Amino acid sequence: MQQPSKWRRRGTFFVLLALCLLLAGCSSALMDPKGDIGEAQRSLILSAFGLMLIVVIPVIVLTIAFGWHYRRNNTVAQYLPDWAHSNVIEAIVWLVPVVIVGILAVITWRSSHELDPHRPLESDQPTLEIQAISLDWKWLFIYPEQGIATVNEVTIPVNTPVRFRVSSGSVMNSLFIPRLGTQIYAMAGMDNDVHLIGNEIGTYWGRSSNYSGAGFAGMVFDAYVTSDEDFEAWVADVAASPNELTFPEGYSELAERSSFDPVQYFSSVTPEFYERLVSSFHTGTDPETDTQDADRAPAVDSNEAYQTTDNQEGEGADNGQLISNEAGG
Amino acid sequence: MFGKLGFDAIPLHDPIIVVVGIGMIIGGLGLLAAITYFRKWGWLWNEWFTSVDHKKLGIMYFIVALVMLLRGFADAIMMRTQQMVAAGGSMGFLPPDHYDQIFTAHGVIMIFFVAMPMVIGLMNLVVPLQIGARDVAFPFLNNLSFWLFAVSAILINISLVVGEFATTGWLAYAPLSGIEYSPGVGVDYWIWALQISGIGTTLTGINFFVTILKMRTKGMTLFRMPIFTWTSLCANVLIIASFPILTATIAMLTLDRYFGMNFFTNELGGNVMMYVNLIWAWGHPEVYILILPAFGVFSEVIATFARKRLFGYHTMVWATVAITVLSFIVWLHHFFTMGAGANVNAFFGIMTMIIAIPTGVKVFNWIFTIFRGRLEMTSPVLWTLGFIITFTIGGMTGVMLALPAANFVLHNSLFVIAHFHNVIIGGVLFGMLAGLTYWFPKAFGFTLDEKWGKRSFWFWIIGFYTAFMPLYVLSFYGAARRMQSYPNAEWQPWMIVAWVGAVLIACGIACTIIQFYVSVRDRKKNADVTGDPWDARTLEWSTSSPAPFYNFAHEPTVGDIDSFWTQKQRGLEQAEQKAYHDIHMPKNTHAGPIISVFAMIFGFAMIWHIWWLAIVGAVGTLVSFLARVFNDDIDYYVPAAEVERIEQAHLKRVEAHS
Repeated sequence: MQQPSKWRRRGTFFVLLALCLLLAGCSSALMDPKGDIGEAQRSLILSAFGLMLIVVIPVIVLTIAFGWHYRRNNTVAQYLPDWAHSNVIEAIVWLVPVVIVGILAVITWRSSHELDPHRPLESDQPTLEIQAISLDWKWLFIYPEQGIATVNEVTIPVNTPVRFRVSSGSVMNSLFIPRLGTQIYAMAGMDNDVHLIGNEIGTYWGRSSNYSGAGFAGMVFDAYVTSDEDFEAWVADVAASPNELTFPEGYSELAERSSFDPVQYFSSVTPEFYERLVSSFHTGTDPETDTQDADRAPAVDSNEAYQTTDNQEGEGADNGQLISNEAGG
Repeated sequence: MFGKLGFDAIPLHDPIIVVVGIGMIIGGLGLLAAITYFRKWGWLWNEWFTSVDHKKLGIMYFIVALVMLLRGFADAIMMRTQQMVAAGGSMGFLPPDHYDQIFTAHGVIMIFFVAMPMVIGLMNLVVPLQIGARDVAFPFLNNLSFWLFAVSAILINISLVVGEFATTGWLAYAPLSGIEYSPGVGVDYWIWALQISGIGTTLTGINFFVTILKMRTKGMTLFRMPIFTWTSLCANVLIIASFPILTATIAMLTLDRYFGMNFFTNELGGNVMMYVNLIWAWGHPEVYILILPAFGVFSEVIATFARKRLFGYHTMVWATVAITVLSFIVWLHHFFTMGAGANVNAFFGIMTMIIAIPTGVKVFNWIFTIFRGRLEMTSPVLWTLGFIITFTIGGMTGVMLALPAANFVLHNSLFVIAHFHNVIIGGVLFGMLAGLTYWFPKAFGFTLDEKWGKRSFWFWIIGFYTAFMPLYVLSFYGAARRMQSYPNAEWQPWMIVAWVGAVLIACGIACTIIQFYVSVRDRKKNADVTGDPWDARTLEWSTSSPAPFYNFAHEPTVGDIDSFWTQKQRGLEQAEQKAYHDIHMPKNTHAGPIISVFAMIFGFAMIWHIWWLAIVGAVGTLVSFLARVFNDDIDYYVPAAEVERIEQAHLKRVEAHS
């Protein structure tokens, strides 16, 4: 019934497609990462891919080969209409996936811990903290140690571990710089974090990857990895800005809806800006009416609310995940 | 008087919607006029709308699903076109508000109003016949389920021209779907369309669960059930267990939006993470509700056309059961990036990978069914082979996503889009089209045209790879999903390739439409006189095509897995003439469509805050339901003479044919 040419055409099509994909992938953000985290994720993706090809390639080959060999008009092929069971085949088709998934499970367990976003990176350099807040629809980056803030631009010194504390002033977003690796959700009232590092000087970009409404497409920002000197110069540059960021007045103004925002620099930031914004969602206090002196609950560290340590019970860990952000309320 | 509804609700500012709206109105009026002209209203109402016959309901599910497929695909091609042009600073032709509605509507329509009704429609058509039953356990509920679904589909289409649809993504994540960030009626359309159709789906789940457990014919033990019935049973267990979660979650979102409550708001103790957890606690089982029956279709198709017993029947059943159970403990893999600890992520990642084991076993069982068989390359077989390859690739990318540490860079990207289209198109849709072709003669008495069926397959499969492989590539460049535009001009060539793929798929859909036309035109030539056009194995092929409304004149007896096949092998078909008996059947009912129309009025009124109309809708729903409950005149007997007349006519036709 089926002409061989169709199968052949299809085979050629797949091969060409696979080649295109491979060639295209080499220079991509995930295949050419610029930091240790991304590097680890690259080899993880490739090794998982390779492992699974052990099953996927035989499946594709067998489907085509059997489909062709046992076609109806090939009367020389063996035909056993009641043959429906074989212990050997059953054993193989269960065992092979079990073994592969077993290996993948070990990889999963290890890599989940090694690449846990909350896990501080090992380095002789001190960790730089940056607080990233998603707003409608832009990113606010606060450098608490430097006392500066920016909109839609983030700069980090090369080979320095960075801890991004990530929260939101509105809906859910996700902070993602593809060349550096791991993304993490930004959620109002939650103090999430991700540890990243850039090992190569360059200009990259980041964006929110979690859809957040009409201005979502414009939630892109530049991410610079610079030398230490250039970083100092950049900080000085930002610190020279005439603008200051205050809480809650300046924040309310900044939080107004806009998209594709130009880069902005702020030479100073109200102390504990980030913490106060996070906790404003717990107390029920509107940021607009929040004042310095008002009582407020401490911000919830998502690490405390969520994270489980290795020596905790597995079951307890599951329940722990569902603990809400009410702790501050 | 009319709540939030006013003339400004009609989006006259958007030329695309205006043109589509006018087209819909003209088309709709034309259809109504045609029905009136040919005086078909009485026939439609008495023979179809009020019918409790599971086969007719199955056909109606499929008709609505195919119409909605066109709508969902129109959304798809607009999205692909937008992303093709909106590169490197261009904003394309769709403003964000419109684009966001389109991708939300595309997801909602394709899952709830295309995939679900196809799956449920096929279960309706096939399951009672496969187990030798005369109808489902609750025929009226079955009709009601269909109508609740149908009016929800109407609500979704109303949103196109009256007001707006949600701009939240198909799962309406809080707090974006909350009243603060989505004050319009879009999310309310989403809420009420899903709530009403969701109740219908839950009723279907209960109905088929009871039907399969209680109404199997003599000798059909659980482990003699055809695989499609097995997978349907598991899918219905999943419906019963998971749809109440969806109903409750949407109800809480409704309370947030209508009564200012704070289940899922940012403030006052609301918890957006709880929403995400709950919606996926339903959402993950949902994908198995769709794929399990498709697995069943492939099992039937491959055994029939390889002319061979299904390899490893018991393995197949246990693999299905394992998937059913496991599907409830993997939901967190949809949001590894939320920030849960490493142990939690690893647990859910490993659980997800474990599902790959029974699924992989199933794939090998299909392959070894072909082994030592005589495979006839019909279009259902092509869909099946295309499925095995495509689904395996989709499964592989699924396992990659299940690795939490890899998911951290793949999540929310086009990788996810490519992956789930890989399994939903390659799995569910191919399965449903295979099932449609395979069981079409049982529903209509003639087979579908093979030539156009095969053309459709080749367009679909080549179109699929052309459309979605570029998305895998782009995800490696960091392309996020749901972008109305993107600054990266170098992505554009891949988007153009993806657009070409979408056009090829459009050709595939066109082939299917032509296939229907050609098949109806040649129905005499392709008539299925014997009732068994494929030389198949299971009970539904032992009765005539189209099956009589009572399905079987005599309740069949089953002694084996492929009972009908064994019977044919032994040549026991011409058993001695048994006497015919009266057959107990359910009566048609007006209640289903009437209750559902009131439910639709209620939903529409709630969306637009027209409170008096909402009360009318609610009271109408309740009263018409009670009227049905207190009606005892719901069944009748088909006289033995009538059964004999129908059966003799069929036998004469068969004799004349042979």
